[in-house]
Amino acid sequence: MSTPTVSSGSVTPNPATGPARPGGGGPRRSVRRRWLGKNPLGLVLSAPYLAFVLLVFAYPLVFAFYMSFHDYFFAAPGAVVDRPFVGLANFQEVLSDPAIIRSFGNVGIFLLINVPLTVILSLVLATALNKVVHARTFLRVAFYVPYVTASVAVVGVWIFLFSGNGLVNQILGPLAPDPAWLINEQWAMPTIAIFVTWKGLGFFILLYLAALQNVSEELYEAAATDGAGKIRMFFSITVPGVRPATVLVLLLATVTGANLFTEPYLLTGGGGPNGASSSPVLLMYQRGIEQGAPDIAAAIGVILVIGVLILAFIQRKLAGGDDS
Amino acid sequence: MSTTQNPSADAATGSVKTGSRRSRARKVDGMSRGQNILRYVVLFVGALIFLFPFYYMVIGSLQTEPDSTIAGAFPNPANITGENYVAINSRIDLLQGLVNSGIFAGGVILCTVVFGVLVGYALAQLEWRGRGVTFALVLLVQVVPFQLLMIPLYVMIARDYGLADNYLGMILPFAINSTAVLIFRQYFLQVPRALFDAARIDGAGELKILRSIALPLVRPALLTVVLLTFIGPWNEFLWPFLITKEASLQPLAVSLANYLTNVAATAANPFGAILAGACVLAAPAVVLFILFQRHFVSSDIGSGVKG
Repeated sequence: MSTPTVSSGSVTPNPATGPARPGGGGPRRSVRRRWLGKNPLGLVLSAPYLAFVLLVFAYPLVFAFYMSFHDYFFAAPGAVVDRPFVGLANFQEVLSDPAIIRSFGNVGIFLLINVPLTVILSLVLATALNKVVHARTFLRVAFYVPYVTASVAVVGVWIFLFSGNGLVNQILGPLAPDPAWLINEQWAMPTIAIFVTWKGLGFFILLYLAALQNVSEELYEAAATDGAGKIRMFFSITVPGVRPATVLVLLLATVTGANLFTEPYLLTGGGGPNGASSSPVLLMYQRGIEQGAPDIAAAIGVILVIGVLILAFIQRKLAGGDDS
Repeated sequence: MSTTQNPSADAATGSVKTGSRRSRARKVDGMSRGQNILRYVVLFVGALIFLFPFYYMVIGSLQTEPDSTIAGAFPNPANITGENYVAINSRIDLLQGLVNSGIFAGGVILCTVVFGVLVGYALAQLEWRGRGVTFALVLLVQVVPFQLLMIPLYVMIARDYGLADNYLGMILPFAINSTAVLIFRQYFLQVPRALFDAARIDGAGELKILRSIALPLVRPALLTVVLLTFIGPWNEFLWPFLITKEASLQPLAVSLANYLTNVAATAANPFGAILAGACVLAAPAVVLFILFQRHFVSSDIGSGVKG
């Protein structure tokens, strides 16, 4: 592009000569390079972000663990109060509370329905969408729109659709469950799981579509030459080919399930009926903020995260995402 | 929530520019006509199921009397009214809610894009002490669920800093969303380093390089990042719900949810009013998405899928 004026010093670009960091030169420059790296500007550019990370991520993270091991309560700002270390007492209280245990069980039910449904439907739909030629945009938009819409907005329609004499029950007629879906102890959590599947599927389809581009076309051609059918190809080429994406989808779907709050809060009026659709995060809100026990809420949070990590680890082992 | 979900949003954007081209080339490879028709039938039926609640939302918001029979799913001129929009607007200030949502989303987008460009560039093209640690932190921010931080953040922001009922308090926890960092980093990684080296040899300062070379290069990624980041705060419920009690400061998602849980029963046609509010809340995100859906699915960040 332009004629570089090569001098011995500028062959290795040195940011210290730039106007960004005035000063420095000679031996001091090499000392600084050893301490700050070749381009100290990188640190300058990242400093504001890192400051924010410390403020709203690292500190609260430590704070969460601190709270869960202390008798923490809300006090007037500035008031000096004693918040003694209580060891595992908060965890004990959490684990002996049947309502909290039930909420963890509810998430288990949720995951058992939501995760397989999400993985299967998104992979099948992505595979089908991948080769679509006509109405491509329409189909994509149709599947993604629930994902970009606020839960709060679509919750209203679902309540309307699944209410006692809502459209779904009108269509089902005598097959409709009684009491209706969202106020039925058996059906409340599955209905929420289906809602969340519907809402998030577009995003997972997007992930799988990206992954499908990395599956070698030659494999399909070779399989076709060997006389493999479409179904066989799907299971022998597509499914293993997108395995890294499957690991990611499993993880994200699990995290979404663990973070469930808006849906039970709004769809089933705060985890009803009878706690059948409560979730740990909902209880964190109720215990921590409504009932003023942030230490208990923090302990629920810690247990929840440990649970997610264990699940993620098991999934990773089972799906074997390391090697590809 | 958005913090956790977004890691892969960047992966997601990677999908389909290359995809559409390639799949078009490979189409109908030995696929029978019947299979192809079956594919379209399945996809269209699926699409209709996916879209139906939205259609029903609009229809429901226009009904004078809620009609949950099967006939009610079709527009009936005798039962159409704009009354519900007036009703919901008299209970919650829709315009104010939209403005609040906009300020919240705008603040988050601004922070995310600024941090994203700067840190993304530093991570991809500069060598400095602490780069590895910073990158690890960016990933960690995405992995730790927001819910674990929710209670301490509430204590800090609402009680210690006194930022409850404050836009700043709403925005702060979302300012560090790493999605943009990862997308921009990926973008800058694809720029040959020789380009920057050449500029340095020409004597350009680092800041000038950032301004005149790096920034123009990521302009295509900007819209994708803005769209992706927009969805999070616009749809976010939990955090602004915790931190805003003052109705005039609540984003629309929060005020609509409060209406739904508290006051809906007192309205003449509660479902109509709720659905009208839902349409207003959903419309901006859906319209933006449809207008720019090309950007939502294209770009070349697919490598994010592989982690």
